[in-house]
Amino acid sequence: MDFTFNDEQNLLRDSVRKFIEKDYAFESRRQLLKTDLGFSRETWKGFADLGWTALPFSEADGGLGGSAVDTMIVLEEFGRGLVVEPYLPTVVFAGGLLRRASAGLRGKYLPGLINGDLIAAVAYAEPESRFDLSRVSTTAKKDGDGYVLTGKKLAVVAGHAADLLIVSARTSGAVNDRSGITLFAVDAKSAGIERVTYATVDGLRGANLTFTNVKVGADQIVGDAERGLELLESVVDEVLVALGAEATGIMEVMYKSTVAYTKERKQFGVAIASFQVLQHRMVDMFMEYEQFKSLTYMATMAQASARPLAKHAAGLKWLLGRSGRVVAQSAIQNHGGMGMTEELAISHYFKRLTMLDLMLGNGDYHLERYRTLQA
Amino acid sequence: MDLEFSKEELAFRDEIRAFVAAKLPAEIREKIDQGQPLSKNDAVHWQKILFEKGWIAPNWPVDLGGTGWSPTQMYIYDDEMGAAGAPPVVPFGLKMVAPVIYTFGTDEQKQRFLPDILASNVWWCQGYSEPGSGSDLASLSTRAVRDGDHYVVNGIKAWTTLAQHADWIFCLVRTDPNAKKQQGISFLLIDMKTPGVTVHPVITMEGDHEVNETHFEDVRVPVANRVGAENQGWTCAKYLLTHERTSVANVGNLKRNLRRLRREAGNVKVGDGVLLEQPTFAKRVAEVEIQITALEFTSLRILSQVARGGAPGAESSLLKVRGTELQQVLTELLLEAAGYESFAFVPEGGKALGAKFAARAAANYFNFRKVTIYGGSSEIQKNIMTKAVLGI
Repeated sequence: MDFTFNDEQNLLRDSVRKFIEKDYAFESRRQLLKTDLGFSRETWKGFADLGWTALPFSEADGGLGGSAVDTMIVLEEFGRGLVVEPYLPTVVFAGGLLRRASAGLRGKYLPGLINGDLIAAVAYAEPESRFDLSRVSTTAKKDGDGYVLTGKKLAVVAGHAADLLIVSARTSGAVNDRSGITLFAVDAKSAGIERVTYATVDGLRGANLTFTNVKVGADQIVGDAERGLELLESVVDEVLVALGAEATGIMEVMYKSTVAYTKERKQFGVAIASFQVLQHRMVDMFMEYEQFKSLTYMATMAQASARPLAKHAAGLKWLLGRSGRVVAQSAIQNHGGMGMTEELAISHYFKRLTMLDLMLGNGDYHLERYRTLQA
Repeated sequence: MDLEFSKEELAFRDEIRAFVAAKLPAEIREKIDQGQPLSKNDAVHWQKILFEKGWIAPNWPVDLGGTGWSPTQMYIYDDEMGAAGAPPVVPFGLKMVAPVIYTFGTDEQKQRFLPDILASNVWWCQGYSEPGSGSDLASLSTRAVRDGDHYVVNGIKAWTTLAQHADWIFCLVRTDPNAKKQQGISFLLIDMKTPGVTVHPVITMEGDHEVNETHFEDVRVPVANRVGAENQGWTCAKYLLTHERTSVANVGNLKRNLRRLRREAGNVKVGDGVLLEQPTFAKRVAEVEIQITALEFTSLRILSQVARGGAPGAESSLLKVRGTELQQVLTELLLEAAGYESFAFVPEGGKALGAKFAARAAANYFNFRKVTIYGGSSEIQKNIMTKAVLGI
């Protein structure tokens, strides 16, 4: 068993870390949040220039043939820097689906995605489905050679800026049938798509989408028709592992900056770090972070070695909810009143870590999954 | 040992329920239900309705406008108001500075300030904490130097809640920097319009403007605005802390938010059922309910002790710690119930995109992280209990 990183991986980590230290100050992030786009296209292009958008794709597709470990390295650093650019939705989620798509679709979208011209988002959540990916009311009805899509999608991260939308829709079956779901690659500029865009509470951007008779060709089906759920679920498991990496980076910064803050802040004539209650709370933060990081590594390595991922991903997501809560809430409590302010970075880390719990199913949801899944 | 309220107490409870049902404006109830903060107009409007009824200041002496209720009736009133969704009154004038004025103030000060507080004509804020003095409040350093008939005040007060609406501020200031820290503090009433007073918004993490920094630059305050003797301000402040012993648990509010959680989670579809019936979620709701009941009965025990003439001890610390923790748990459960509908940022006064309760679910979860920090953090409360209860 080997937990070390090779030279290439260390280089990758150093380059992402340096980029964030140099070009991604908290103040510039704060300014980005005030813009309509919510991220910087220039920075995104910078990611592409550095090869990070190419990482998970095969060399045949113009990528770098990287593994889950490379994705983990990037996301962990992005979590540390609280990066708002749409790497997760575009490269990990949509990219993960495109990687398994037809040669035609790969050839059509991957070059643009890899060179930073194309933003992609996945539209899967629906108003009445909560976290259940199989509960799909959006319909895809046959229309000549293609299909028309009708339905509503909720909380589409990066849906405000996406050029490409990958949408789960029902081609047959009852609303909660596992079969009969098909994934479609939809041009975001298609007629019939209404967008309500918004800032999200954790500093990103999203959209609610309404599809009304949106035409999609049959060649835009991602994976196999009627069997889209299996593909979606397996890529979601990869996204969960990536979320784990982001959360790991966030937790590290939260616990370390809380320690730093309590060493500086004085009350009753001493640094508040000298109070045992706060010390133990910060040690608890450290322990949660380390354990969570370990489980993230485990799940990442399972993914990298093509082992069955579902149960690991579910367990990781459950732990993210629990460890995330301990680390996040402890950080604010130890910061006292200052932790409540918008001005300090700690509250922004708090908000992102909090909302990661709800992304793609909260702790309760995944605990139930874990319980029912075979190893 | 008897679980029942008397017939008269029950009738009183019904009277309060009927009053709120009839008199609470629908727009205010709607805002409270959606976790939206109230505007200044909303708050004053409701307080004037209570003033008309004679219920605005139950804790004041009867001759000054109080209701003369027993501790049990006070408890029922707070509990029912919370349960019915009535907004709590803004405490700074009615519950904080007024008791100090009528206990320690001169007749002139009582006549000058109390009627306007009672009628909600004047909005007060509290100037206690400072950037360098949070939990260690007694270390405060806002300086008041005597100059003839005035004090000249310089310093910064932090976390001044709703100072942007305030007409007056009551401040703890240092009048003797050479005395032991609690001994050199005075209690001053300052007109917010006095030259040199400036209010600087501090935005909290959910994006609301609830608190401020209030700066004092050579602010001249008449000595006549000092309540109590010079350097006796800490005694006045401590007196404030012994007030409001049992309502600090906010049981009525907890029960109301629990009901709201059940209602909303009962509408969230999960599969062919609803979230409220999912075993894990249902378990967590039941656990909170049991703990709220335990807290409620702790409050009632303390109440009956006070009613029999007992002196309140450190029990308010217990109520504050547990009450605030349970408040936070409820905001957590509501956020989870909101799921994806909580993602969109909805500012103060903004419209919900989907389910109304979800619009501010994240904002309220974020905002409520403060409750274990303010009003004496949980750590301070536990220090108090360590001394007072454990005798250590």
